[in-house]
Amino acid sequence: MKNSTLITIGLVLVLAWVLVNSFFIVDQRQRAVMFRFGELTEANFAPGLHLKLPIVQTVRTFDGRVLTLDNQTENFLTVEKKNVEVDYYVKWRIDDAATYYRATTGQELVAMDRLASIVNRGLRDEFGSRTIQQAVSDERNDIMSAMRESVSSKVKELGISIVDIRIKSINLPKTVSDSVYDRMRAERARVAADLRARGAEEGEKLRATADREAQVTLADAYKTAEGLKGEGDAKAADIYAKAYGQDPEFYRFYRTLNVYHDTLGAQGDVMVLQSDSPFFKLFKNGTP
Amino acid sequence: MAWNEPGPGRDPWNQGPKRGDNKKPPQLDDILKRLKERFGGKGGGGGSSGGGLPKNLPAGLIGLGAIVIVGLWLASGAYVVDEQERAVVLRFGQHIDTTSPGLHWHLPWPIEDVEIVNVTGVRSVREEATMLTQDENIVDVELSVQYRVSNVEEYVFQIVDPDLTLKQATKAAVRQVVGQSKMDFILTDGREEVADETKRVLQELLDQYKAGLVVTEVNLQQAQPPEPVQASFADAIKAREDQARLKNEAEAYANARLPRARGAAARQIAEATGYREQVVAKAEGDASRFDQLLTEYRKAKNVTKERLYLDMMKSVLGGSSKILIDADKSNPMLYLPLDQMLKNAPRKSSGGDPDYVTIPTPPSSSSSGSDSSAAEDNARSRDRSRP
Repeated sequence: MKNSTLITIGLVLVLAWVLVNSFFIVDQRQRAVMFRFGELTEANFAPGLHLKLPIVQTVRTFDGRVLTLDNQTENFLTVEKKNVEVDYYVKWRIDDAATYYRATTGQELVAMDRLASIVNRGLRDEFGSRTIQQAVSDERNDIMSAMRESVSSKVKELGISIVDIRIKSINLPKTVSDSVYDRMRAERARVAADLRARGAEEGEKLRATADREAQVTLADAYKTAEGLKGEGDAKAADIYAKAYGQDPEFYRFYRTLNVYHDTLGAQGDVMVLQSDSPFFKLFKNGTP
Repeated sequence: MAWNEPGPGRDPWNQGPKRGDNKKPPQLDDILKRLKERFGGKGGGGGSSGGGLPKNLPAGLIGLGAIVIVGLWLASGAYVVDEQERAVVLRFGQHIDTTSPGLHWHLPWPIEDVEIVNVTGVRSVREEATMLTQDENIVDVELSVQYRVSNVEEYVFQIVDPDLTLKQATKAAVRQVVGQSKMDFILTDGREEVADETKRVLQELLDQYKAGLVVTEVNLQQAQPPEPVQASFADAIKAREDQARLKNEAEAYANARLPRARGAAARQIAEATGYREQVVAKAEGDASRFDQLLTEYRKAKNVTKERLYLDMMKSVLGGSSKILIDADKSNPMLYLPLDQMLKNAPRKSSGGDPDYVTIPTPPSSSSSGSDSSAAEDNARSRDRSRP
């Protein structure tokens, strides 16, 4: 009774082990390869439940999703011999599980290392034939598509395919960025000086225009005013001429008396007179 | 928080099962109770048919335990999908279904498994970096990206860590866009455009990677020159203000200058007009007076002349100090204390008068000086009127 129970339990355990080892599951996200005594016999399993022989056949699975290589900041020289720090990432996935296993023994790290060295070499060439501006701006996409193409063919032997190679950032080393800052400062100083000079120019123009207009206005006014005065003088002269022309001799007499009256005999005047002037004739002689 | 941001340490794959575990206990209790009731009924029946042997009891207990275990196992397939979530169901690792919100059941592990993903929650990443522009300047840019899951299958199956991928793609996209723009454009009116373009490039990358994510918004929160050159930029901005200020000051000057000039011009013309009226009026007045006097003069010439002359002499001599010199033509030198006399009656004009003024006695009939000649005339005319 006891023995039979133990045997039963043993049998159940063995059966369970065999059962468990007769199946393997390939996840939607995984790629699997099967070995028979270490020899790779089959790859490309569809996701789902699969049968295998226990002990004889073994299975290894790899991540079949898009993986990322992103740990590199590499220095590259551009065509003008300036160093740039390039940060990039590579999106890749296992394409051919069998080739991948043979090339890397299924270790992601090995694959990443191989991939990184291939990409670095390619990028060095691409940057070495371009200026900073081309690399940063105009030909950034060209570099990336060229890299995708050249790297794709080289990584076939690794059993992987490139989804994308993308430059995250291109930074200048500190010495270069300092000189960029200097240039930016100089550029801003130029802009500032230009703006201030323009302001002064506009201001001076406005002032000059205002001064000119004011001067013209005043000159015009002077012209008009003098004309008016002349008109008045002329009219007055005409009136005087008409009036005084009636008796020029009397006018002379009358006018002279008026001038005496206006200019002489003010308070404080001292008049030194000779007693033999006609005025004093009566005064002196006593008889007219 | 409006959005759910998966932390770096949290594996999104594990969210589903965790959630499932949380939901299990109450349901399991219910199911267990029901099972116990049913089993208890059946067990009682079995016991009576078996003759009530105590030997059967352990077997019954084993059966009960087995059923409980099977029940628990079956119950572990229940899961709840929240309104914000979708779930993908895997049978032996193969994707067979994607389920909507509600209570669901899947064949228990290891046959089927389920991954629950939050799809409507908006997630967000920030990117803050210094980067090169097209014209080889350097700018500091800070932007935030908001996104959510658009395709659960892609999000789960296609790519390792889609959220990290989005972060990497954001870095690449914003630098690509900034690298193709001029600095002034980025700093001033190009912000919107940079953000839009970044969004477009980023979405293209995500589609290319089949990340199952959709970018809902890219905000360029800040774009400014880097710290070492900010002072220069501030000065340039100040220079722009200065430019406007100089112009405004000049305009203010012009605005003050022109009306003043116009006012002065108007005054000049008004004064000239006044002068014209004045001289004409004066002329008319003078002429009228002369005319009337002339009329009278013509009536009695000599008398009028004499009277006018004497009136004048009276007014001239009446108000002033007089010195009458009764000297003959021997022309002696006369010394007059003029300074004292002038002091007694101070006058305004005191040019370079010497202390003593030597006055030569004028010749009795001088011919020079219009005034004296006029006086002579007057005298003569008076002489003529005398006899």
